Formats: sequence, structure tokens, C-alpha cells
Amino acid sequence: MITYDFLQHYWWLIISLLGALLVFLLFVQGGQGMLYTIGKTREERNMIADALGRKWELTFTTLVTFGGAFFASFPLFYSTSFGGAFYVWMLILFVFIIQAVAYEYRRKPSNFLGEKTFDAFLVINGVAGALLLGTAVATLFTGGNFTVEKANLANIGGNTVISQWTTPWRGLEAVADYRNLALGLAVLFLSRVLGLQFFMNTIDDRVIYDRCRKHLLYNAVPFLVFFLLFFVSLMLSNGWAVDPQTGVISVEKIKYLHNMMQMPLVMIGFLLGVVSVLASLVMGHFTSFAKKAIWFGGAGTVLTVLCLLLCAGWNDTAYYPSLSDTQSSLTIYNSSSSEFTLKTMSVVSLVIPFVIAYIWYAWHALTKAKITRTEGAGDDAY
Amino acid sequence: MFLETTADFMEVVNWSRAQFAMTAIYHFLFVPLTLGLSFLCAFMHTQYYRTGEEFWKRTTKFWMKVFAINFAIGIATGIILEFEFGTNWSNYSFFVGDIFGAPLAIEGILAFFLEATFVAVMFFGWDRVSKGFHLTSTWMTAVGANLSALWILVANAWMQHPVGMTFNVETARNEMYSFWEVLLSPVAINKFCHTVLSGFVLGAVFVIGVSAWFMLKKREERFARQSIKIAAIFGIVSSILLITTGDKSSRLIAEFQPMKLAAAEGLYDGGENADMVIIGVFKPADRIEPGEDPFRFGIRIPGLLSILSFHDRNAYVAGINDLINGDEEHDLMPASEKIERGRVAIAELGRYRQAIKDNDSSTAEEVVQKFSPDTPEGREFLTEYFKYFGYGYLQSPDDLKLNVPLLFYSYRLMVGCGMWFVLLFLLVLYALYRKKGSLPFPKWLQYAMLWSIPLAYLAGQAGWIVAEVGRQPWTIQDLLPTVAAVSRIDAGSVKVTFFLFVILFTTLLIAEVMIMTRQIKIGPKNDE
Repeated sequence: MITYDFLQHYWWLIISLLGALLVFLLFVQGGQGMLYTIGKTREERNMIADALGRKWELTFTTLVTFGGAFFASFPLFYSTSFGGAFYVWMLILFVFIIQAVAYEYRRKPSNFLGEKTFDAFLVINGVAGALLLGTAVATLFTGGNFTVEKANLANIGGNTVISQWTTPWRGLEAVADYRNLALGLAVLFLSRVLGLQFFMNTIDDRVIYDRCRKHLLYNAVPFLVFFLLFFVSLMLSNGWAVDPQTGVISVEKIKYLHNMMQMPLVMIGFLLGVVSVLASLVMGHFTSFAKKAIWFGGAGTVLTVLCLLLCAGWNDTAYYPSLSDTQSSLTIYNSSSSEFTLKTMSVVSLVIPFVIAYIWYAWHALTKAKITRTEGAGDDAY
Repeated sequence: MFLETTADFMEVVNWSRAQFAMTAIYHFLFVPLTLGLSFLCAFMHTQYYRTGEEFWKRTTKFWMKVFAINFAIGIATGIILEFEFGTNWSNYSFFVGDIFGAPLAIEGILAFFLEATFVAVMFFGWDRVSKGFHLTSTWMTAVGANLSALWILVANAWMQHPVGMTFNVETARNEMYSFWEVLLSPVAINKFCHTVLSGFVLGAVFVIGVSAWFMLKKREERFARQSIKIAAIFGIVSSILLITTGDKSSRLIAEFQPMKLAAAEGLYDGGENADMVIIGVFKPADRIEPGEDPFRFGIRIPGLLSILSFHDRNAYVAGINDLINGDEEHDLMPASEKIERGRVAIAELGRYRQAIKDNDSSTAEEVVQKFSPDTPEGREFLTEYFKYFGYGYLQSPDDLKLNVPLLFYSYRLMVGCGMWFVLLFLLVLYALYRKKGSLPFPKWLQYAMLWSIPLAYLAGQAGWIVAEVGRQPWTIQDLLPTVAAVSRIDAGSVKVTFFLFVILFTTLLIAEVMIMTRQIKIGPKNDE
């Protein structure tokens, strides 16, 4: 029986899955951030751009789809977070605009900004994009300073805006919470780890391969430190619980730890994901199977982030707590689209496995031939 | 006194409008070429697949390179538009997110991934994947690009003519009850066809114009001739279909957005057997007396506006003054009455929210019944009062007045260019087929082909100005004006982001134009 309640949970699952895939695909950003670290010469940087340049559109498209799906399934989040944390989202958009043209334009003749400028765009997007997205996602656990008042719509003589931010910092205040920064930095270093694993898999070059193995360790350590810091503090943090019958929201101690315990499948998935990511780190740095590390790292990332995001929204949890007014907090019940819309989009979501299948096929078709030093001489190289 | 309609608040509204308009204008500089050129690349790639001739590979690769340069910046400007609905128009996002969000999500799932996946194979698949898979990828890219346009245009059409939804007073938002009504609304279908076809025409004009440049330089004669041949056939078919969708568009606007039609035609006082001013120049707005002809001079065709709007010479076409002041004879309600009715509907929403706060279930239930489409009382309230919900936020009927000269001239620029392109394609096809085996294009025609490129861009922009400026002050026709749709942000923040985006987009546009012109100058030979 497909109930409204089921559909709300199903769409939170879809959003979580898209979020998880997005974090995995941030390997493109991670790789860009190390354009000059791994690419010591112009030739090596061109090889890196060639390897990433065939994948960046997938990350970009996943970000756009993540936004679109959030809009369609939980429009109140879209209006509250985007209209409220204005500066954060604008910064994110800004760093993604400069990425979109960088690959295509960087080596084209008559490029008046110069190759170095576009390479700088790639590095900025690689570092700031991952860091900002990670920090923004952390606010799904730590909350934001907003209020929601639907009665405002009827306030003709006054303020008619439903969702309002209560600080002038417009979302930038998120950096004041160490947990947001910890997740932002964890996502940044994870993206770099995945980027290195992707290079080892895709670029057929001993020098780059050895450099990637070395830097894998340098990035894995801070990733583990920041991820552990975020995870442990999250498990010990208060969460916002909702009574699904009354809709009343209240603060609950160690809510996220409760969620893990009360949703054993989510906990198992999370642990499997973490183990898979750890295995990829070991494989990538210490074993001769380093080329395969990306698959373990990627699958582990998807599983870990998926389960973390499920923990944010399932089990009667407010997935976007309001720090200004507890009852304004957003849950999958009070912020979702109507039952009809969720049902309609659920039918559309049935094509997602087909979409994943053709992406997989096209990915393999293109990466069968590895990137080499001679590859960059081709007329379609970035 | 409207506290929110202070100068500062209006500054936020106006800067948010400016930011959205600026982003949309930049985005639509690149999208039409993507729509048209993707199919032209697919036709040329098919020729290569069929013949195996190296010439077609070179030709296809050249146009694909041009496509890639344009495609990248189209993506960059597109992402902003999606997120600006949330950042700058948060009330809008909530009020209609239940309907509007769905096409955006479907666009991502069904179209963007198709485009993003196969465009990589299209660019990098040469000699890496099988020829069949490569060709399929080129076609999939074209289909994906045009499918993307479908969903965003369905969403846009819904804003101009909201259907398939009803207002839920309990959630204080509009909710969808029929996906098919939204998708298959005549406005949506026509808007999609008209916009995509305009992209096809622009793509064809672009290819013809660039090829003409090669002719003028006496370079790549076979390449130029074959490119022109494919583009001209594609262009003439698209142009003819574009005219038919344009005609349909006029009738839909006459039916659903009469103020847009009246403004685009400079029609202040309507009537039966209405004239159309084909070309005209307006008097300064402050010097037009009531009832006076607003044109300094103009070429009129009697009855044409009635014919084009309703396919009936005797049909009544409402003017701006009729729509503002009302006309009982033609069943036109004065705008002031609509504002009053809108305020009644908004007040009922307020009464419901207050009742919920006060735990007054009987009042809450009474209001719910008023908004219920399932009861005769509800249906009456929805059609007599809620229909004008958005008017309740307007200060006065003057808020409905549009920039008439901007719409009038833009409309004529769009239509005039459209007519010129039909003639251009016919001339090109005549020149192509009158004498086989040579390049029979006269110099003047080659220049005309080349200089038609900027006209195609102007026509596209003019079309969007008519569509979007013409629906002001509404974000959702009759239901939500811009003053009630905007986010609560300070004007300074919007100004900062506006200028940052202007600087960034302009810089990238300069880079794009320089890179593209250089690639064109290099030509297909040097790609090998």
C-alpha cells in the first residue's frame, strides 16, 4: 500500500541517494584541487584535465538534479534554505559557474584570460566547491537560523514572506559551528582521496601513479580526523524529533545515535560504507591493487553518505532544524510536496536504474582507453 | 498603507527581477544554438556514418567543436536560473513548488543526464567507441538537449497559464491534481514547439552564416556548400513550423493573457474588427491624451488584429484601458474589482491560519469548505474570488500597466526577423539548386547570410522579452505577483550578486566569442 507517509520516506531516500552520488562524484572537484599538486608539468596537467574533463558534467548534472529533486519533493526546504542561506548558496553557484567553462576553454587559442586563469578556476572550484557543499550539507544536522510562518502570506499590509532568515549573515554563520566545518573539511579531503584514486585508475602513467599513492596518505589522514570529529560529535549531539501524529517538534538528546540504533539496516549500511572507504585507502596506498581502489572508495562513499542522510530525515527526525524557532524545523512530513506530486514523481523515478545503467555503459566505453602522455596531442583533448 | 511596499522593498523586487532577467538573457544567448546545432551535428554525423567519407568526419568535427564551446557556457548560465527560484523567489518556490518543482526534477532525471552522458561520448568517442554507438550518442545529445527544453518550457508555460492544480488552504499553497493537464496544456505544447523551433532556425542561420564567411574568404568550398544545404533545408522546414506556432501563440495569448497582447500591439482602446499596426512609432507616453492615437505614425491593416487573435474579423480585442477600467458589454471586470476580490481570498487564508492558531476548528473547517473544489460553494469561491488571489497584493490597477513600447517594438523585431529568415532560406535554396556543381551564391547574398547571425540572436531575445516582460507583474498569472513572490533579502545583497554575475558572464561571453571566432577562422582543415 503506497501511503503518503511511504512516499515522503521514499523521496527522502531518493534525495539521500542523489546526495550520496553527488559526494562520490565530487572526485572531479578533488582531482581539480590537486591539478598543480599532481600535475607538475603542463603536460601532466593536461592529462589530468583530460581525465576529469570527461566526467565533470556528471557531477554538475547530479548537483542540478539534486537541487531540482529537492525542489519538487520538499519545496519548503528549497524556499527556506536557498532564500535564507543566500550567501552560502550564491557562493556555491559562483564556484560552479567558473568550472563549467574551464575545461572547454583552457587550452583553446584566443582564450583571452589565459590557460592559467582557467586552471585557477578549476582549483577554486575543486577546493571551495567541495568544502562549501560539505558545510552546507552539515546544516541538515546542525540546523539554520530561520523561521517559517505560512500566515505571512495573508499579511497584505506587512511582511508576506513565509520563510525568513534571522541573522544578517545569511548562512555564513554556519562556519561558527565546528561540526559544519568538520564535515566540510571531511568532504573536501574525501573528494581529494577519490580524485587520487580516480587518477590511478584512469591515467596510465607511472610518475603520476606514484605521486597519487603518496598524496593519498596525506589526504586520507585529515579526512579520517575530520570525519571522525564530525561523526562522534554528531552521535553525541542533540537532534530535533517530530511526533508524526501531532507534528510537534522537540529536542531529543543523542537523537542521531538513537536513529542509528533504531534503524539497524541503516547502521549496517553505514558501517559497510565506512569499511569500504577504509579498505580503499589501504588498497590505494599500500597494495598493488591501487587501480581498483576507486570502486571501493566510491561504493563506500555512496553507502556512507546515503545512510548518514537517511539518519538525518528518517525515524521522525527534523532534517533541517531551526535554531530560531523549534516548531519551524523542517521534517519530511511538514515540508514535502502533496501526495499526488510525490506519487507522480515516483513513477518517473522508476527510470533512475535505466539512467544509471546507460551512464555506467557510457563511462566504461570512454575509459577503456586510458589517458596517456600522447593522448593530449589529440584535437579533442582539453 | 502597505508597509512592505516601501522604496527599499521595491528595490529588492526590482533588483531580483533584474538579476533573473539578466541571467535568463545570458542563458538564452547560448541555448538556442545548442538546440539547433545539436541536430545539425547529428545530421552531418549520420552522413559520415552512411558514407564513411573523411569529408563528413571533418565537417561534423568542426561543427561539434563550435557546439562544445557554446554548450559549456550554456551550462554555466543555466545552473543559476534553477537555484535563483529558491534564492531570490522563496515565496514563489513554496507557493507553487508542488507543481513547478516536478518538471525541474524530471528535467534533471530524464534530460540532463542523457545530455551530460552522451555529450562526453559525442566529443571523445572518435575512434574510442564503435561508430554506431558514437552516432547514437550524437543523436542522444540532441534529444537530451531538446528534452531539457521541454521540461523547463512546460514549467514556464504553467507560470503563464496555470492549470492542473488547485489551492489547498490547509498547506497555503497550490497543489497539482493532474500532471497531464500541466504537461499537455496547449500553452505548454505551443511554447515548447515555438521556442525549440526558434532554436532550430537560429542554428540553421548560424551554420549558413558561418559557411557564407568561408565562401567570402574563398575557403572550404565543399564544406560550406554542404553545410549550407543541410542547414537551409532544416531552416526552411523549421521556419514554416515556427510561423504556425507563432500564429497559435497569438491566439493563446489573446485568450489567456489579454494584457500582454494589448501591450504588444500598442492597443489602448480595444474594439471589434481591431486594426493591427504593422510598423509604427509611439508618441512619448506622457503626451498621450486619453482616447488619442498613441502612434506618431503607423501603417495599419484594418481588422488584422482580430483575425490573428481570434481568426475572426469581427472578434473583439480588449485594449489596455478596457482591461484596467473594465467593460461590462464585453464581460471585462475592472482591475479594481479584481483587487478587491483577491483581498477577500487572501483574507480568508488569513482567517484560516488564525483559526488554526486559536484551535478554532469550526472556523477552520468553514474556510476549508470555501476553498474546496468538491463543493458548489467551494467551486464558486475559487472561480469568483481565488481566481484573483494575486490581484490582492497589488496596490492599484496601475501596477498592471506594462512597458508598451518595449513590447511593441520587440514583438515586431521578432516577427520581422522570422519573416526575413524564411526569405533567406528560400533564396539560399534557390541559389543552391538552380545550378548544380558550382557555388552560385552572389556576394550580396553571402553577406546577407553572414549578417543574419546577429539578427537570429536579436529575434530570440526579443521573443523572450515579449513572453516575460509581457506577463508582468505576475510570476504566476493572476495568482502571484512579483511583490509577493520575492525572498526577504536586502537589496544590497542582490545588487552584489547581480554585478558579480554581470561581470562574470560578460567576461565569459567575451572569452566564448573570441574562442569561437578563432576556431571558425582555423576552419575544419586544421582540425585534422
